[in-house]
Amino acid sequence: MKLTATILAAIVTIGVSSAAQAFCGFYVAKADTSLFNRASQVVLVRDGKRTVITMANDFEGDVKDFAVVVPVPTFIERGQINVGDQAVIDHLDAYTSPRLVEYFDPDPCMVRRRLEMSRDMDALPSSKAVRESEARSQGVTIEARYSVGEYDILILSAEESDGLIQWLNDNGYRIPRGADRVVGSYLKQDMRFFVAKVNLEKQKKSGYAYLRPLQVAYESNRFMLPIRLGTLNAKQQQDLYVYALTRTGRVETTNYRTVRLPSNKDIPVFVKNDFADFYRDMFARQVKAENNRGIFLEYAWDMSWCDPCAADPLSARELRSLGVFWLADHSATQKIAPPQTQNVFVTRLHVRYDREHFPEDLVLQETGDRQNFQGRYVVRHPWTGESSCDLTAYHEATRKRQEREAQQLASLTGWDIDEIRARIDFPDVPAPDDTPAPWWARLWD
Amino acid sequence: MDIRARLEDPRYFQIAVLSTFVTYGILALDFGIRPENAVVIVITALLVQFAGTMAAGLPRFDPLSPLITSLSLTLLLRTDIVVLAAIAAFVAISSKFLVRIRDKHVFNPANVAIVVLILSSDHAWISSGQWGNAAISAFAIGCLGFIVLTRARRAETTIGFLGCYALLLFGRALWLGDPLAIPVHQLQNGALLVFAFFMISDPKTTPDTAVGRILYAIFVACVAFAIQFGLYQPHAPIFALVATAPLAPIIDYLLQGTTYRWSGFTTVHEQRIEGVQK
Repeated sequence: MKLTATILAAIVTIGVSSAAQAFCGFYVAKADTSLFNRASQVVLVRDGKRTVITMANDFEGDVKDFAVVVPVPTFIERGQINVGDQAVIDHLDAYTSPRLVEYFDPDPCMVRRRLEMSRDMDALPSSKAVRESEARSQGVTIEARYSVGEYDILILSAEESDGLIQWLNDNGYRIPRGADRVVGSYLKQDMRFFVAKVNLEKQKKSGYAYLRPLQVAYESNRFMLPIRLGTLNAKQQQDLYVYALTRTGRVETTNYRTVRLPSNKDIPVFVKNDFADFYRDMFARQVKAENNRGIFLEYAWDMSWCDPCAADPLSARELRSLGVFWLADHSATQKIAPPQTQNVFVTRLHVRYDREHFPEDLVLQETGDRQNFQGRYVVRHPWTGESSCDLTAYHEATRKRQEREAQQLASLTGWDIDEIRARIDFPDVPAPDDTPAPWWARLWD
Repeated sequence: MDIRARLEDPRYFQIAVLSTFVTYGILALDFGIRPENAVVIVITALLVQFAGTMAAGLPRFDPLSPLITSLSLTLLLRTDIVVLAAIAAFVAISSKFLVRIRDKHVFNPANVAIVVLILSSDHAWISSGQWGNAAISAFAIGCLGFIVLTRARRAETTIGFLGCYALLLFGRALWLGDPLAIPVHQLQNGALLVFAFFMISDPKTTPDTAVGRILYAIFVACVAFAIQFGLYQPHAPIFALVATAPLAPIIDYLLQGTTYRWSGFTTVHEQRIEGVQK
């Protein structure tokens, strides 16, 4: 039974120095998700009570200013924290992205001779230190201190939030206003905190120009994603992408509505060059339609395949690096092909949140639903080549189709219908008349 | 049964309201209800009810209760395997005939079926978040549900449960120092209201006396709260109701009342009310 759930990681990032406000909340995304400002990415692996969370880290500033405070539901040991690989998250992002597919109309004259029309399907990647004695006196216990990759990790527990907040302040961390209340609430719920900050020397040695994602593995009934700390000093809505990997099926929230993004829509051909704008405006419109309270399902699919593929499915090795612990490690023993079925189901959720509309942390659950879903948008190129027959009927039909696509696009994005029409390359036939021809008009043709 | 007698039976209202929810859920809220599941649930429930009626030698076949159970199952239980939907309906209706104490069935049929299915299969789940929490729809659900309740004259179970659960949620928020927007959000849940108005209020499985029902409702709320915030399990009220169902006969034993019959006014308490009103 998969009702159980986890907790993890609300994340508030704080600047060590006064110069940096740092970024507040989750991490800023790369690649495809970078079209949104203030976006962050989290990979959640969940099976039973076991959870592995990977938090992408796209902090763009002086790394000496970087630190992150993460609430965790249990005491964490050294082996439970790891530093992951951003490239794998980028790959997962690309694999699950909403996608644009292109079809090309075949020669209409040939079609008449063939009943079956073959369609070419082509996938486009969618645009693509601390003194411990002092600490103890403030009611803060540094339970453990580790060095993981380029990070120094401190695991804290505090009897009361004041102690933790005071300790953070004394150590040069700037914390958002109101954080003490949220921290206090989490502490009363028996959660612990860890602080990750960058060890400059190790970071230099590692040779990475950016901060790699932090990973934590733990076991807890709670399956949730704390977002409250992240909303504290955010003036605007933030975007969060959750990539959930499970054995059973789709993941959804139990305390907010999970809504499917409109999908399989035919849209005008010019959107091919404007896909990022299209997707951003469509998403904004959907958020509004759900009164800013919806969580959007963008992808739900069995990890062993895709159709069409925006990127190849992740390899077993990549999945293991994200924490998919139930996949056997074949890397040492098996050098030939990986197993066909990975038994991993991926869910991509996209939420745009703020404190007003998302007062409570996201509570998640696994469902048994393995129905595939993808955000898929279709452009159909009209036939423009030479033809051996009269194309008037084809052009009329194309014109009608293009008009439908224009209206579809306007309703999905809120773009101006006349501007859309102006960008469509209509065939050179008169616009279809709105009033239908009388029934007898073609009677004796 | 003439029309007036039919109108006295609150189950017609209940069927109308639940049907409205199913329709609204499919058309407006994208509940993910599979029509084939709904059909299979209704057919199975009616068949099992018929078989149970024959086996138990009851005077007449009553399609209303299995219909209500079917609607509740359709509304709350999700499964991607149609056989599981049939099993759910089977468990629900057969529990009425098989698990009985003092000539009353112990479990609310839909409730016990949902819990059995979820605990035994990865392919069954509840989508309680799908109701959304728009205040207006919560209000509508509440009002419609209340009509059902007042017809059944059993509002105290619902009020007792919701009142106690709300107190616990607000108390928790105050203790944690959380903004009150959090308990308000937690209460604005369609599934919680459907549970409160249509499941826990079932007169056949709640204690016979008003005092007993209020005690029972408070107990369910406390257990639900413990499951939700102690064990961190979602859909806690559904589990709490099954866990506490055996308590109802005990309360009945301690506070003697008369068993509810769906039409007519037969309980001691209700006869008193009638007497006062006249």
